[in-house]
Formats: sequence, C-alpha cells, structure tokens
Amino acid sequence: MSQAFRVPGRGRVDSARTVSFTFDGRRFQGLAGDTLASALLANGHHLMGRSFKYHRPRGAVSAGSDEPNALVAVGSGPALQTPNLRATQVELYEGLAAVSQNRFPCLQFDFGAVNTLAAPLLPAGFYYKTFMWPRGFWDKVYEPVIRRAAGLGVAPTAPDPDHYAFQYAHCDVLVAGAGPAGLAAALAAGRSGARVILADETAEAGGSLLSDRTSRIDGRPAALWVADILAELAALPNVRVLTRCTAFNYGPHNMVALNQRLTEHLADPAPGMPRERLWQVRAKEVVLAAGALERPLVFEGNDRPGVMLASAARTYLNRYGVACGKRAVIVTADDSAYRVALDLHDAGVTVTAIADLRPAPDSALVRAAQGAGLTVLPGTTIQRAHGSTRVHSVELARLLPDGSVGRGQRWRTDLVLMSGGYTPSVHLFSQSRGKLVFDEELGVYVPGEPADRTRSSGACRGVYRLADVLADGAAAGAAAAAAAGLAAVQAPSWSVDVADEPGRGGYVGALPRRGKGLLAMAFVDFQNDVTAKDVKLAVREGFQSIEHIKRYTTTGMATDQGKMSNVNALGIAADALGRPVEKVGLTTFRPPFTPVTFGAFASHARGDLFDPDRRTPIDSWARAHGAVFEDVSLWRRARYFPRGSEDMEAAVRRECLAVRGGVGIFDASTLGKIEIVGPDAATFMNRMYVNAWTKLGVGKCRYGLMCRENGFVYDDGVVGRIAQDRFHVTTTTGGAPGVLAMMEDYLQTEWPELDVWLTSTTEEWAVIALQGPKAREVLAPLVDGLDISAGALPHMSLAEGTIGGVPMRLFRVSFTGELGFEINVPARHGRAVWEAIWDAGQAAGITPYGTETMHVLRAEKGYIIVGQETDGTATPDDAGCGWAVSKAKADFVGKRSLALPAMQAPDRKQLVGLLTEAPWEVLEEGAQLVARPDEAIPMRTLGHVSSSYFSATLGRSIALAMVAGGRAREGETLYVPMEGRTIAVTVTKPVFYDVEGARLNV
Amino acid sequence: MLLIRCPYCGDRAEIEFANGGEAHIARPADPMTQTDEEWAQYLYMRDNPKGLIAERWRHAHGCNRFFNALRDTRTDRFVTTYEMGQPRPEIDAAAAAEAAR
Ligand SMILES: [Zn+2]
Repeated sequence: MSQAFRVPGRGRVDSARTVSFTFDGRRFQGLAGDTLASALLANGHHLMGRSFKYHRPRGAVSAGSDEPNALVAVGSGPALQTPNLRATQVELYEGLAAVSQNRFPCLQFDFGAVNTLAAPLLPAGFYYKTFMWPRGFWDKVYEPVIRRAAGLGVAPTAPDPDHYAFQYAHCDVLVAGAGPAGLAAALAAGRSGARVILADETAEAGGSLLSDRTSRIDGRPAALWVADILAELAALPNVRVLTRCTAFNYGPHNMVALNQRLTEHLADPAPGMPRERLWQVRAKEVVLAAGALERPLVFEGNDRPGVMLASAARTYLNRYGVACGKRAVIVTADDSAYRVALDLHDAGVTVTAIADLRPAPDSALVRAAQGAGLTVLPGTTIQRAHGSTRVHSVELARLLPDGSVGRGQRWRTDLVLMSGGYTPSVHLFSQSRGKLVFDEELGVYVPGEPADRTRSSGACRGVYRLADVLADGAAAGAAAAAAAGLAAVQAPSWSVDVADEPGRGGYVGALPRRGKGLLAMAFVDFQNDVTAKDVKLAVREGFQSIEHIKRYTTTGMATDQGKMSNVNALGIAADALGRPVEKVGLTTFRPPFTPVTFGAFASHARGDLFDPDRRTPIDSWARAHGAVFEDVSLWRRARYFPRGSEDMEAAVRRECLAVRGGVGIFDASTLGKIEIVGPDAATFMNRMYVNAWTKLGVGKCRYGLMCRENGFVYDDGVVGRIAQDRFHVTTTTGGAPGVLAMMEDYLQTEWPELDVWLTSTTEEWAVIALQGPKAREVLAPLVDGLDISAGALPHMSLAEGTIGGVPMRLFRVSFTGELGFEINVPARHGRAVWEAIWDAGQAAGITPYGTETMHVLRAEKGYIIVGQETDGTATPDDAGCGWAVSKAKADFVGKRSLALPAMQAPDRKQLVGLLTEAPWEVLEEGAQLVARPDEAIPMRTLGHVSSSYFSATLGRSIALAMVAGGRAREGETLYVPMEGRTIAVTVTKPVFYDVEGARLNV
Repeated sequence: MLLIRCPYCGDRAEIEFANGGEAHIARPADPMTQTDEEWAQYLYMRDNPKGLIAERWRHAHGCNRFFNALRDTRTDRFVTTYEMGQPRPEIDAAAAAEAAR
C-alpha cells in the first residue's frame, strides 16, 4: 500500500518527487511538499500518537499548528531529537525519521491504554486528590510513576549541537499571518512605501487560499492570486516576507518576537547554517491577521483516529492531494463544512451523510450539496464514534424540538469530519493586553479596544467571507501605514466570485446526548486528556472561576495552549454554572503561541559566550605560567599558580610563605577604578565616603569605606589623592559599576551644583601588586630614579613617576600586611612592566600568587572583604571598621542611618576571629555558631563563619566570623554544629598576624 | 520590552536603562535634624500607585544620565520623560486616560 489515498491531480505537492521517510522505524513514501501528517494520511495511516493520560490512540485532528494529538519526535541521537513537534507542521524531507510519543511498548498496542479502564480513578484534579497521601510517597513513587506514564516527549540528553541566530529588526508595519487578510494588508502597506515585515508560521504564504479550489479573485484561481501578490511583494524592496516564522510573543510597546525555522525542513542543511532565528521586531504598527481555528465537537469518541476537523480534510485534499478516508460522515453546525463535502465528493470520496446540528440549514451552499446528491440531515447530532485505532462507525441521532435527542442510527464510515464553527485566533491580540469582547452574533470572543498600536483584520476578528477578508486586510494595512506616518494611498481592492458564508453558525460546549452515555470519553482538551465530564466535575466540586477550572482540570494547559479546547471548555463550564458564556470570562492567553525551542531563546549566549569574559592585560602571562583561574564577577582571575603536581592547598601554602618571606607578584588589575576630578572633588568624596578627605594630603592614600544611605557597608577600597582636585579611587572588583552608578546618582540628582567629573578608569590601568619584605629591593632599580625609600614613600602614600619609561602611579599600599606596592601603569604596558619586574625579581625568588593566597594573607591580617564578611546588613562598626568613620563631618551618605538606635545595639553581629582547638581543623565558611554544644533544635545561632583558611604562616587554621555581640565575647568558647559532630572554637580578635603592623612600616 | 525615550538620546530599548525608583524624593538638606520617623519615611516609604508614577531612570548603557519619566503602572505606557530638576509635569485628563488605556 503506497500512498493509496493520494488523489491524482490535487494538491500543491510535487508528484514527480517521491520522498522516503520512516515513522516508528517503518518506511513510508510521500511527496515533496508533504507534511509528515499528510504523507502518513496519504498512506492511509491515521494513528500517530497516544494520548497523555489515558494513552488513547490518536490521529491528526487538524492540519496546522493547532494540532493537539499528532505529536512526534524528529531526528535521531541523544542531542538531535526534537520532541513534541506537530506532525501537521513537520515538513517532509528525504530520510526524515520520526517517532511517536507516549506509547509503550509500541503505538499499535500500548500497556498504558489500561488507563482508559482506570479513567474513573483519574478524574479532574487527580494530582491533587489521589496522590496526597502518604506524603513521603510523592517523591519516590507517585511522581516518577506518573511522569513515566504521562509525560509528553523525551528531552534530548546531550548538548544541542546546533546554533541559533538572533536578530533585532525595526519596521513600520508588522503583519502577523500571510493568509488572505495578511497578504492584502502587507500589499496595502507595502505600496505606501512602509517598511513591512510579513511573517507566517507555515512553509508557504497563502493560508486558507492554498486549500481553496473554488474561489476566484479578480477572475484568478485563489492560489494563483496568492502567487501574484507574493510576486508584487517580492518586487517591493521595503517588504520582507518571512515564512516558517511564527509570531509567538507580543510584548509591550509593539515588540513582537518571531521564531523562524531555517533548517528543520531540509534533508541536508548547509554546514554552519543556524537552525532557527529569533527575531525581536519593534514595529510602529502591527496588523494581526492570524485567522480563525475551527472548533471540534465534543461527543463520545471524538478522539478516535479518523475523526478530524472538516477544514483539515479540505486542506489535506486540496493542498496535499490526500483523501483522509473513503466514506465520510460530516457533522457540522456551520456552512463551511458543506464546501468540504463538495470538494470531497468532487474528488471521489463518498460523503455518506451531512448531519447538521441546525434545525433548518438553508443557504446556497447547503442547496449545492443537496443538488450534488449528498444526504443532508438537518437537526441531527452525533452520539458517539466507534473504533479503536481507527473510527469505523458513528451513531447519528435527531435533535427533537423539545431539546431531547432521538434514537441513534448507526452509520458505517472511516472518516468523521466535524465543524463546530470558528474561533478567531486572538492569542497575539490578547498577549498585547487588548480587551476581548463577546460577539453575540458569532457567539465567540473577538478583539475589542486594542491596548497597543495594533489592528486585527480578517478571520481573527470574526470577518470570514473571503471578499470581506480581503477588504478588511487591505484597509488595515493602509491604515497601519498611514498611522506609521506614511502618505495615505488607495487601498487595493479585489472582486471575489464565490459567496460562501463560513463561520455564521457554530456550536459551543458538549453535544446533547440521549441517556447517560460515556461523557467521560468526550474530549474537550485532546492533548491533556480532559473530558467534558472533568469540566462538569470541577464545577460540581465548587470551582466557579474559569481560571480555577482550567488549573484544576488542566484544560488548555498543554503545549497547544487550548487552541481547540478553550471555547468548548468555557461552554461546558458555563452550562454547568448556569451562566451565559460571556459571563464566565476567558482564561489568559500566554506566550508562546506555539512552543519555541530553548536553543532559540539562548541563541549565542551559551558555553563560553554565556557571559562576557573580562581578561586583564596580564592574563596571557598567567596562562603561559600555568595559572588555574576562577571567575570573579565577569573577570577571569588567576586563582593560584601550581608548580609540578601541586594541588591548590600546596600551591597556596607555598605562595603565602613566599610573600611573607620574600616577595610575591599579584595581578590586581581587576580592581575597580574611578577618577574623581574637579574643584569640588574633596567635597564630593566627603559626602560619599564615611571617611574624612579634606585633610588628606596630595600624595597620600587612605582606606575608603562607603555606605548606602541605609548605613550598611556597600564598598571599600584605597583612595589616593593625586592632586588637590583629583582622587584615584579604587573599588572592589565586583562593585565597580554599582559604586559608579551610586556616585552618579548623588551627583546628578542630589548635588548637581558640585563641579565634579567621574570617569571609570578600571580598564585604563593595569595594576601589579608587589608584596613582601623584598618588594622594595626588586622595585627600586626599575622606577627610573624615583626615591621609594621608607622615608620618601611611607606606607599609605603614592608617587607619580615612570617605570622603564612607562608612566606610573605608584601606591605604597598593602592588602597582605607586608611591605607592598601597587604599580599602576597604562593597560597596554601592563604585561611588559609585569615581565620587567618578574625578570628583576628572579634573584629575590619572586613568586606569582593568585586570589586564593591573597585571601589567606588578608585574612591573617583581619582585612575584610565586602560581600564576604559583610552581607548588606553590616555597619562599618559591625565590620570592625568603626575607626574609619569620621566623627567630625556633618553629613555623609549613611550617617543619619548609623545614628538610628538599632544600628548601635550591642548585640549586633560583629567581626571576630575564631580559632579551633585542633590546628588542622579548617571550619566551613557559612557554618553557624551556637552558644552550647548541646543546643536544642531549633538552635539559636549567634552568627556564622565568614572566612576560613589554613594559614601556612601560622601553621594552623584561622577563621573570621560575624557574631552577635562578638567583641565582648573575646575568649569565650562557641560551637559549630556540623553533621555528626560539633566543633569548639575560641573567639579572638580578628587579627592573627603582626597585630602591631610592624611589617608594614618598613 | 519597553521603549523608553531618553531626553538626551531618544527612543531606546528597555535593556539600556536602569530604573531608579520613585522620583521627586529629595534627600533632606540636613539629615541629622530629621527625626527617626522622618528619616525612615525618606529612606523607605514609597507611593507605589496604581496609575501614573513619576520615576527615575538612568540610561545606563547609553549616556549614563538620570532623567524622570511619567509612566502608568497599569499599562506601562509612558506619558512623558523629562530632565532631572524639572517639576513633575501637569498631565491633562485626556493624556492620563490615554496612558491608562
Ligand atoms: Zn541617553
């Protein structure tokens, strides 16, 4: 059986080009231009998946992106398989390999289908009810079992090998949807000269016109008219047409996100081609031409493979040349299905009966069907569809004048086509926060007043007649262009020779039944397996709001977002609540319109490109010398320099001893740097920092501490006074942008009268820290005659000079407690100066050290690190830096807050040192401290360990901690409860080495 | 993503900006004369209106200048942006209604 259901001479597929593919490992053939669904249907294969909860056999019910059932995974391998694709949208290519989902062990026979028998046990809200007890079972039993049985497709397990492009775009008019309304709108706007982007989710622009063999526009067949319009659009340089491109998110201020699929339809995409492109389009005006979705009918067995939307059968026939069956029964509440019946009849498909829910359908179309000899049954409904993996018969029954349902009559069929009328696709409009209004006449929600600069046109606002749709689209396009500021042009107009009136009828809710029947198997939401009974049950259990009913039953919450189900669910709920549909309200439409791959969102921001990678001028030297790096904010910093087989612990011990005993060299270039210049520079510094700056002499340095207005420590760093009106400010590595932003805030908004300029100079300067007792002897010969003796350049002073001819700001500062210099040179000279010092230091045994050693050395001295000792709730005094706070200044940022009583409470957490009994015991940073070893649970914690290291210099462990009333606890024993044991610690001063600072002042 | 008009650079995407909280809250000239209650009021208490708010923005990835904006918190619609130091503009009823729409 090869493509036995292909109808020769029909469709836009290429009958000369056969395409081979596999589905669940079985080989099939289709034609170029097919979708996976149309190719399977051409082979008479309706069964395409199993349902989510009950594992019911399912086939394609639609031909587009609204498809809830035919979900497949495409591709092979752990990285390349993409799950949850709609077979109705997967374009066929040679060698395509697709597999069905939710089936075990195979699609034809599925163990999970016993869930159908267990359906009474899986009612609405079953997650909330059945599995609540016993509590401990949830993680280990219920959830894994449910996930295995129920989940949708399987996520790939290996990293995605594809790459994804990202693009911003601006346009005057964005048109979403390239059906008749969208094409007309794009042309009208395009002719005015507007920059137009026309996007359509399918492979080919034209929308419903591609499935229309009847209508003629200006005398041309609809499909040829589409070709004419596309040709004109292609000739307009100001118009861009994007196919396979879904507008999936309508954000604030007319920012619309599009997802364009570039390679998925290709058997052999060019290497390096991005798989998808995410567009962020800022449009002056938007025209929504999203069309309308046909509604299924809700009756028992409406999910049987072979039960489809009427419009889908027409699309498969006219666009893909596929008859979905041999004997069709049509059940409709709308005229449009008659056109489907006529097309099928014309193609040789037997249309057994047209059951019309309306009591007396009468229109030119109805009469045409009758004239063609088709059996029309007015006032007739469907009771159930029979079959398992394929429908084989249905029961039709008369709707009696008293509202009851007559006795059913069985009809043999292999194709049941249903039409409950049309639902305007208002998703994007709703995302744009436009209000929906209930259209009494059509019985559906349509766009009301827009909230953004947007216009809905055509079927997505309930305009269905083709002639009206074209006029509506053209008017919207012309109006949008005019609103975008372009000179108005005459909107194009066309004549249409067919007067079909689709969408005037329709049915909302579950079909009436005779007797009890199995409403439990009348599906509202196919993808989440929600039945009419579930919705009624939710109302009976007290849920009134449609939003609650949605969550309780999960209707509309699957990946299709209820495109087919929402209105019927609303109808059933309204019926059960005894309220009109428009009084029940509508659930929120959320982006994305259809699922978007994670890859498209991540785009290039993955792996090494996830974040910018900031490197210092000395980074290349550190790499060449075997440094192990760590990330510090966005910077890549050398953490330690292992020699031979050293691990971090061994390397850090050696580096620490080298600095204390000789000289070490450290790349401090990442320090934030701000140049503060102007006549009011000192005034500004006085207001921003807790310290006093007026009396700081030129050529002197001072440790600066900055609070926020709430009195808590925000940042710190050494500040040098270069001139009377010029300060060289350093900040923490991570804090630089925040400090500059805070300074700008005060300068621009509170004190604009101050004549001060702030410039970030972080990346202008390379900073080389040379630390240790031998630092001076290494540096002195290099600084071109500058006197750096203790007398000329004491601790906390600075000098400007040159080093090997390179301009230099030399700071005599120390973050190690040793004699130290920080050599600032222009960044471009950083590596050369570093190497000159490195060479000069060889005789002194100069040792490069990294951030880890820097941390240990500063902790030995009790120097805090903002963000490690402090956490946004520490005052300067808490952090042991009360000495830095000027008492003389009338004001500075944070001063008033520091005067609040709570900021001076004696039991605030204060910086202390901790020593363990066992010298080898290194506490864990973050560990909590308690008063007693047998503290009862819940323990009252007194504080926490903030820094903890093994000090090679002291031959023992040391720790810093923030402890309630800590300074008064000096000498006390506190306890660190750890898993399985408790560690005793003694509270000490937070300085462990050279308490007097003798080593600094040499 | 919002489109925000920097008074100095023109229309730019939201990602270029940092929100600076409610506008027109002046730091007291002499904080030390404030009572604890007054100071807490200045430090922490903000209006959070449902409707038009005057707020500060900084064009962080642009000119780095602060400016003020009038925005409707219900719709995210901006009525106007204006330079620091200027008073909150008077908005007529029609413009306010348009912003709320
Ligand atoms: Zn700007």
